[in-house]
Amino acid sequence: MNLLHIENLSIDLKTHSGPLSIIDRLSLRMSDNEILGIVGESGSGKSMLAMAIMGLLSSKMEMKADYFSLDGQDLMKMVPADRQAYISSKASIIFQDPKSSLNPCFTIATQLNETLSAHGLHARSARKQRSMELLDAVGINQTKKVLNLYPHQLSGGMNQRVAIAIALACKPRLLIADEPTTSLDVTIQAQILDLIVNLNKTENVGVVLITHDFALLSENTDKIGVFYSGHMMEHAATKNILTNPLHPYTRSLLNSVPQLGKRHTRGSRLFALKGQIPTIDKPPVGCRLGPRCPSAEKQCVKPPRLISIPNHGKVRCHFAKQENERKETESNVETRSTRKQTILGADS
Amino acid sequence: MLTNISRLLINVFSSFFVLTLFTFGLTHFFPDGSSFIYDPSLSTSLFPDVSLTMHQQELGLLEAYINYVTHILSGNFGFSSVRGTPIMDDFVIYFPATIELAAAALLIALVVGLPLGIYAAQHKDKWQDKLIMSGSLIGYSMPIFWWAMLLVLFFSIILGITPVASRIGFEFDIEPITGFMLLDTLLSEKHYALDAFKSALHHLILPAFVLGTVPLAVIARSTRSTMTDVLNADYIRSAKSRGISASKILWKYALRNASIPLLTAMGLQISILLTGSLITETIFSWPGIGKWLLEAVYRRDFAVIHGGILAIASFIIIIHLVLDIFRSFVDPKLRRKQ
Repeated sequence: MNLLHIENLSIDLKTHSGPLSIIDRLSLRMSDNEILGIVGESGSGKSMLAMAIMGLLSSKMEMKADYFSLDGQDLMKMVPADRQAYISSKASIIFQDPKSSLNPCFTIATQLNETLSAHGLHARSARKQRSMELLDAVGINQTKKVLNLYPHQLSGGMNQRVAIAIALACKPRLLIADEPTTSLDVTIQAQILDLIVNLNKTENVGVVLITHDFALLSENTDKIGVFYSGHMMEHAATKNILTNPLHPYTRSLLNSVPQLGKRHTRGSRLFALKGQIPTIDKPPVGCRLGPRCPSAEKQCVKPPRLISIPNHGKVRCHFAKQENERKETESNVETRSTRKQTILGADS
Repeated sequence: MLTNISRLLINVFSSFFVLTLFTFGLTHFFPDGSSFIYDPSLSTSLFPDVSLTMHQQELGLLEAYINYVTHILSGNFGFSSVRGTPIMDDFVIYFPATIELAAAALLIALVVGLPLGIYAAQHKDKWQDKLIMSGSLIGYSMPIFWWAMLLVLFFSIILGITPVASRIGFEFDIEPITGFMLLDTLLSEKHYALDAFKSALHHLILPAFVLGTVPLAVIARSTRSTMTDVLNADYIRSAKSRGISASKILWKYALRNASIPLLTAMGLQISILLTGSLITETIFSWPGIGKWLLEAVYRRDFAVIHGGILAIASFIIIIHLVLDIFRSFVDPKLRRKQ
């Protein structure tokens, strides 16, 4: 069964001069216990998707969808009050900045208790017991001491752990992590990511990992969705995206990841896509990437559709099929040639 | 917590030190009636004369200052240079009236301004918000004397609901016990005590509302801006996503956070209320500190002006101490780390 099943989700921003499209007819399926990575530039609408799933869109936003199911129930058919209660029992969210996602005026214990009692755990001792378990589950050692501290007395990494513990207090089926490691040190980043991936196994939660860091997604996710200007550009298994990116935008994102070690050549410049992401009030005609695309051609003035590529996934590009065939023949040639070189054989 | 309070107390003493240096400088280099408090043996004489001035200048500067501060701490603020009575006696009579008025004004400002600000924040950028914000801008920029006249004209003269001036109806005779009219009427054992209380309340409403108008506007506006910030914060959004009820989020989570900058804004308003009640007190002939000081200015009673300034400033220092302690209860970041 699908944990998350969205058909034609559109989010518009209401303005005086009419609605502006932030997310345009997005469809997405995510199975139980999957880790889905969502990547894209700032302003591509990836955080808006998270907000839409959590029901946290501001009143200026208008959300439409043909079907929007979370753990088997269609959210669009619920009245708002029921919807919020249902979502809070099924999904939790972790934000980018752990310092600001915890209330500075209350102790960790108070904030955990609040959530626990909102989810039906009222006895004091039971709540304390569960709080300690939760903190333990996110790898905090001195649980008793931490419970009585305020967020400003903890480090960023510890705060993010606490935020995850609070998110787990609802016993969610889906955990949305909106750039959970962006504001943390690199070593702490790895710890927090490991924690999230482990929770995916131990607590049996599906994870949506939103980030703009491709390197981070490559090791941890099952599938990756690439967002650009409110459109899903490519949605495929992580392995396929990394080895055989079919959309020019995915390729340019991958090319702009800095490489370390032997692949790094001194003095070489990192690839950067020219231009900027289009503003929502002036989307380009046809393909949203069109004006910036390195391989754009005449037919790109017509908006491309999200097409399925066999053995790959879904791609929104006119040339996806062509590209796939070209890559296949290329890789056939390559494998033939590399078989002779036994050392590099494992790579391809 | 204790170290925190002692830190605040050091703050208070240093501000008091600077304050006394300033006022001491004023009296020492421009001598007047308040110089009586240099030497208690001379304070029996009514008016300052040349020999007194000579005498105090013979004292060393440091000795004179220490003398001065000990007298202030023992409640001797000098003597009126016109009437010769102790300034403290006047102060005890007039100051409670001002506090009563200021407290009522602050209460009105809080009770009306806070919910208005919260309501505006909840309906940000909608017509409710715009109405409240433009209303508060008008309230903020209203000249107090004109606004008071309008209210008197409307409520007292046309409608005849409220009295025009003074603290209580002339038919009541209330013994001053605390100096606060509302308390005194309740404490009074006379048979008309309850009627007197009503009358005092009646007299208080209009001046309190006039004095509270500007703080009301300021509180509404700052509540609105801090509240919109807080309501957009990640911790409020995540609390919402965790299924915590909207009213709990607003009154427990958001208001606690918003009250930290609000307390600072309120501290400033309290100082303004205490010192700036002069116009309101004059219009409503309210026998308070502002009116007392204004009359002292007319009489060129420098001793009273000097003593009044010193007393008001000391009181404001104490109020800020209380607010600081209160703030450290609300904001855990201000508490010292263990």
